Amino acid sequence: MSITPSSDYIIPKLKAETIISLIKKGVRASGRGLEDFRELEVVTNYIPNADGSAFVKLGNTQVVVGVKLELGTPYPDTPNEGAIVVSAEFVPTASPLFEPGPPDENAIELARVIDRSLREIKAIDLSKLVLIPGKRVWVVWIDIYVLDHDGNLIDASSIATLAALLTAKVPKAEVEGEEIKVSKGEYTGPLPVNRKVVTVTIGKIYDIMLIDPDIEEETVLDTKLVIAVSDDGRIAGLQKSGMGALSKDEVMRMTELAMKKGKELIEKIEKSIKVAVPEVGAEEVAEEEKAIEIAEEESENVEKDVGVSEKHRENNK
Amino acid sequence: MVSKVEKPKLIREDGLRHDGRRPDELRSIKMQVGVLKNANGSALVEYGRTRVLAAVYGPREPQPKHISLPYRAILRCRYHMAPFSTHERKSPAPTRREIELSKVIREALEPIVISEMFPRASIDIFIEVLNADGGTRTTSITAASLALADAGIPMRDLVAGVAVGKVDGVIVIDIDEVEDMYGEADMPVAAAPSLGKITLLQLNGVLTPSEFKEALDLAMKGIQEIYKIQKEVLKTKYLEVKVEE
Repeated sequence: MSITPSSDYIIPKLKAETIISLIKKGVRASGRGLEDFRELEVVTNYIPNADGSAFVKLGNTQVVVGVKLELGTPYPDTPNEGAIVVSAEFVPTASPLFEPGPPDENAIELARVIDRSLREIKAIDLSKLVLIPGKRVWVVWIDIYVLDHDGNLIDASSIATLAALLTAKVPKAEVEGEEIKVSKGEYTGPLPVNRKVVTVTIGKIYDIMLIDPDIEEETVLDTKLVIAVSDDGRIAGLQKSGMGALSKDEVMRMTELAMKKGKELIEKIEKSIKVAVPEVGAEEVAEEEKAIEIAEEESENVEKDVGVSEKHRENNK
Repeated sequence: MVSKVEKPKLIREDGLRHDGRRPDELRSIKMQVGVLKNANGSALVEYGRTRVLAAVYGPREPQPKHISLPYRAILRCRYHMAPFSTHERKSPAPTRREIELSKVIREALEPIVISEMFPRASIDIFIEVLNADGGTRTTSITAASLALADAGIPMRDLVAGVAVGKVDGVIVIDIDEVEDMYGEADMPVAAAPSLGKITLLQLNGVLTPSEFKEALDLAMKGIQEIYKIQKEVLKTKYLEVKVEE
């Protein structure tokens, strides 16, 4: 049963009024612009025992995602595909409001929103995770661990999930008839990732939209819309979350803004991963960069695009 | 669940859907209010073969008392699927899906209930999916909203819901289970039409921004139609009351 929360995060009324009056002027208590994310730190391969992992600090929100591949049986309706399972734990370290115990509706919602953002767009190429068709496949366990709660848990979790998936590796397994031998600590290659998807959460108060709300801002918001954005510019999922309502016009403005911010965010995550793990496909990265240089020389359009995105960046400062 | 063999053709040669509907055509929608004796308000709503019962109890003393709020009534909402509602028997224990849906349905109703009128009270909404054929959460919202009105709870508007989707590349309204399972996208929407407010919006699947706009426009059109039926059903009930007196 879902109940109107009675023990939400509480801030002094004066502070809430200040936050609102500042937002109305287009600034935020932290000094950020309305369309700015907080400072983002991504550390990949954070958990040596996981097959892929990432620690993400978004402002003061901290999330760890561990990806593990284990042998399992495929779902009967998809015998030639591996499986993904997404779970989220709101660890009691993260907030005085989090109690030990099974995941509550917020943790379940978070995990299911992330799960949906990956599933239908086939972010992971599950057809490459089959060992014995119809019988044995890799199950990709994505475990989201919220360590410290300072708002926008969904985006922080989504960023950590993407970073963990992009650095995850498939364990070495040898198939001998019906038997499968898994060599611990040995890998056959990177996890096949088709599409990069990230969520962008946009808060709404009055008719003002703001990106990446912190926990104090979340208390004053009317509602939030979570928009999953893919690297090819499509909407991979949506979730209105929170008690308020949105007009159609507001929804359209929010999705438009999310498409722009999502693209920037994916680029940011890719960059931070390249810095963190230069040994993974270092040659490919160099080649990619070369390719970009060539493309820039050859095409005026590309130069124009670069100019536009730089302008966006300046606007956001 | 329907056993997944081969993907059926969802849009036929003549442009109609697998069940003969046009892309912008709703299933046959039936609504009844006051179907339960004990509940303060109740409604039975059918979208095609999807059948949902909603009951409202309250405003009443919350159980346990400490969950109450001093400035408003709390809403308690349970979305539940009956064990016989699906093709294969569903365990009556709440699934993760039902827990999430209970939350999004509650959040779809919160903006329209004038909860400030009943401090420290609880308004309880119990939704039972009796037969599932796609669109159960949106049918539930339509039913819950009617049950709230039937219970005489002060409301800013009614909420009506409908799921739009993309099947075989075509944006269609009120998708059923087959279209949900084999389609490319499923987007449940609920709105309070007179307020012009969307109170539930989810998307499972992938849409381009222009497809999304088309889908949202189509959903809002369908919601208007369903809203009309809701109002008609409530009015009819009060006409009957008059006759009895």
